[in-house]
Amino acid sequence: MKTDDLIAMLAGDANAVAPRVWQPRYALALGAGLAGAMLLMVLLLGVRPDITAAVRLPMFWVKLAFPAALAAGALLAAVRLSRPGVATGRAGAMLAAPVLAIWVLAALALLGAPGDRAMLVWGETWAACLVNIPMLSVPAFVAVFWVMKSLAPVRPALAGAAAGLLAGAVSAVAYALHCPELAAPFIGLWYLLGMLIPAVLGALIGPRLLRW
Amino acid sequence: MSERETQLRALLIGGLGGDEASYHAFLKNLSTHLRGFLRVRLARLPDDVEDLVQETLLAVHNQRHTYDPGQPLTAWIHAIARYKLVDLLRRRAGREVLNDPLDEELQVFAVSDNDAADARRDLGKLLEQLPDRQRLPIVHMKLEGLSVAEAARATGMSEAAVKVGVHRGLKALAALIRSNDENR
Repeated sequence: MKTDDLIAMLAGDANAVAPRVWQPRYALALGAGLAGAMLLMVLLLGVRPDITAAVRLPMFWVKLAFPAALAAGALLAAVRLSRPGVATGRAGAMLAAPVLAIWVLAALALLGAPGDRAMLVWGETWAACLVNIPMLSVPAFVAVFWVMKSLAPVRPALAGAAAGLLAGAVSAVAYALHCPELAAPFIGLWYLLGMLIPAVLGALIGPRLLRW
Repeated sequence: MSERETQLRALLIGGLGGDEASYHAFLKNLSTHLRGFLRVRLARLPDDVEDLVQETLLAVHNQRHTYDPGQPLTAWIHAIARYKLVDLLRRRAGREVLNDPLDEELQVFAVSDNDAADARRDLGKLLEQLPDRQRLPIVHMKLEGLSVAEAARATGMSEAAVKVGVHRGLKALAALIRSNDENR
């Protein structure tokens, strides 16, 4: 086929294209992913029984805000990495800021702790955290990859990492409603690692899954 | 912003709004720039230039929903052309060495080349490998110039199915190009 024939063929397919289609698609993926994570959390793990008392503790909100802020940064990164020729911009700074903030809180907690510092770091459920955050991230992981696949990422490993991190962060928000831990060192370590597991997975499968 | 960027961008935006003539002019114009851009970078693989021009045009078309009208067109096109170029070089890995750094500048529109060589890979042949529900709408609408309604009548498919067939078929064509190339 001659290039001119191809051009004529493609030009004939010039239906109007909705502008910024990635916005509704990501909104849908995020909504489905969060709903899926919440549902799995309620069905498999259960909301912590003392939730009404917990909401009065500032650390409960910190534990929600940390993954929520990471989700915002990961969403920006994922949206930008989904389209050719778009720089990641402030996404990196938006991802670094919540991590630094929780580490500062963790350092303050460790310095101010009277006795058992190890308990602040290890808590009682660190292993569950590493299993459950990746598990609850499955619906968001599938949904976000689905959307990214419909767009055109030119850096598939990085895009896959952003997609995985977004799924992990959404999942951690849901998991925080179950998890009994409240220490900043615990959150700054195990929550972060739990969210990084789907991110690493995303980086590994991105190049294979996101080709176009 | 260069004059070419402004002009091409206006044509593309017209095309994204559904203006076929504007879109045709955009693709035609773009193909000369792509040819120039790729010919310089594929100096050691001259036979692959026209194939890659076609593959990139198809990618631009299939991914046109990822263009944000507020974004510089040069950056978008360059990223797509570079992605397809790197993809081709990876497929040819071991056989060829890149003779020009890719990241130099956004020179997509710097050179143009009207002289289309014959493509080595025949997209028409690849088209024949698509299933009927994708191939027939493309053949009737794109090659024979029938309207959606006429193509629907000719194939016995619904109009919606014809539109979906064209859309999916062009994506499948891009995937066929990749796998075909890998097995070569």
